[in-house]
Amino acid sequence: MSPPAVVSLPPRRRGYWAGVARQLLRDPLTLITAAVLLAVIAAAVFAPWIAPADPYKASMLRRLQPIGTPGFPLGTDELGRDMLTRLIYGGRLSLLMGVLPVLFAFGIGTSIGLFAGYVGGRINMLIMRTLDVFYAFPSVLLAVAVAGALGPGMSNSLIALTLVFVPQVVRVAESVTTQVRKLDYVDAARMSGAGVLSIIRIHVLGNVLGPVFVYATGLISVSMILGSGLSFLGLGVKPPEPEWGLMLNTLRSAIYVNPWIAALPGVMIFITSMGFNLLADGVRSAMDLRR
Amino acid sequence: MSAVLPTQADRGGPAQPLLRVTDLSKHFAVRNGLFGRVQQRVHAVDGVSFSVAKGETLGVVGESGCGKSTTARLIARLLKADAGEMVFDGDAVGAYGGLALKDYRRSLQMVFQDSFASLNPRLTAIDTIAYGPQVHGLSKAAARQRAAALLARVGLAPEQFGSRYPHELSGGQRQRVNIARALAFEPRLLILDEAVAALDKSVQAQVLNLLQELKAERELTYLFISHDLQVVHYLADRVMVMYLGRVVEIGPVAELYAQPRHPYTRALLAAVPSMDPARRTDQSPLSGDPPNPINPPSGCRFRDRCPHAQAVCAEQVPVLRETVAGHWAACHLDDPRSGHAEAPVLLS
Repeated sequence: MSPPAVVSLPPRRRGYWAGVARQLLRDPLTLITAAVLLAVIAAAVFAPWIAPADPYKASMLRRLQPIGTPGFPLGTDELGRDMLTRLIYGGRLSLLMGVLPVLFAFGIGTSIGLFAGYVGGRINMLIMRTLDVFYAFPSVLLAVAVAGALGPGMSNSLIALTLVFVPQVVRVAESVTTQVRKLDYVDAARMSGAGVLSIIRIHVLGNVLGPVFVYATGLISVSMILGSGLSFLGLGVKPPEPEWGLMLNTLRSAIYVNPWIAALPGVMIFITSMGFNLLADGVRSAMDLRR
Repeated sequence: MSAVLPTQADRGGPAQPLLRVTDLSKHFAVRNGLFGRVQQRVHAVDGVSFSVAKGETLGVVGESGCGKSTTARLIARLLKADAGEMVFDGDAVGAYGGLALKDYRRSLQMVFQDSFASLNPRLTAIDTIAYGPQVHGLSKAAARQRAAALLARVGLAPEQFGSRYPHELSGGQRQRVNIARALAFEPRLLILDEAVAALDKSVQAQVLNLLQELKAERELTYLFISHDLQVVHYLADRVMVMYLGRVVEIGPVAELYAQPRHPYTRALLAAVPSMDPARRTDQSPLSGDPPNPINPPSGCRFRDRCPHAQAVCAEQVPVLRETVAGHWAACHLDDPRSGHAEAPVLLS
């Protein structure tokens, strides 16, 4: 048999991600959330240009000024440094602590989970039971233990946080892969004679990445809070670096004197982590194809 | 022609079966207990032998769990057989020096029961069909062109349906896409594993007619797995009846439906709903569930549900015997030498 020489092809459909983007644009809550997050991120990135003062310049005369003090719109901290400036600069490290470990864990965890889920059997069991060891510890304790063992410092706390999230991402990636692997379309792809890598790339990855991505987005806020916790305990960023968790720590003695100032870094952590969570929810519903 | 995969040549001539399966077995280990030790084995397919002639439709029937689908997956090599061999048009499958797996898989394609689960939700109809030819070296444009032609052939206008995702198609349309995907490989054998079972009757009829047309047009051979005896009657040339992982009867469709030899086949046929009031009965032709395949009965596996069971049925495994030309059954009732009291007396 021979097919007719020319058959009219359908017009190219917008890709999947274009559809997701279009859906996101129709969701006002997600748009507002994204705008707030974007403002926080932009403020952190462009901190040297928009911050009104020097984040390290202290003054013993202006300690713990209240919100609204002329020249210091959000007051000053326990060493007389401008709070607004420190909050803007603090976003740099806090966001880094939130996003980087999750990004690393997403890459490492998805690869391990895909492999374990696709191969199955004994290898899967070996990998998953090994990772279960990490589940024996509460994540805060694990992060503290790893960061404590590696010693304080920014990069060590990044490693500690990554280690905390890898098993969680692996578990989600593995369970989704195992489900997808059992579906007939993967069998149909195997029957096409395609190689394992092609099957994983085209038929498995595309259907696994979505749920894992959404899960990982939700981890950003956890990572930020854990990172702040490490700094609070003195295991992460060291003073005088501005970082929200660390600021919360150093201001805690001022909580009876000027509670509003002491709460400000917490407010920033709350807004940002809430933002990432809402964004994850919005992306999740936008990625659902059957709507 | 550049847009077509080379058709696979007929090698052995029309008399050589397209597929010959010998003693195919698959036992699934049931893992439980501490450390997942293998404690029991499910005898899903046990020593199944049959052959499929070129250009025929072999219907495979049996109740759920009898090993129909496992047999299909073993033939498709989606599962690895524990024992048995397969010969595809004279070439051993999977053996050293035999047919390469990639070529074998191209020669044989499968359409699954669940039309939704068998389509990647992230690929459009055209992309799904074009994937296979691309794997086999066609350019993307040529593969898409070919996919569009096949989509048109199975009755879906490519301009309208080509860019739809599976969730935007109806069950019948999805199954047409699945058929087109299978055809894109230019297969010689198409395994239809309950391919129309999930469709409603009118759509089922349309898809069955499409399958008949395609078969004639492309000289296909079908292995048609179904639990619907009427559909098998309509489509098949020969019928194979399976029970608990074994073949109990195999024969030409008219002959087998008119003169079933195995008590199980008789019970199955008696269970078919009839339009004829005289044939209706309140009596259930079979009682009880099929036995647990973990511990199948000794001897004949049907014996604990069989009205004719005798001592010999528990002792000896009945083998397939040719009673009438081309009609084989595995029952002691049929064998004068078996020692079964109801067996015909040997005339000699």
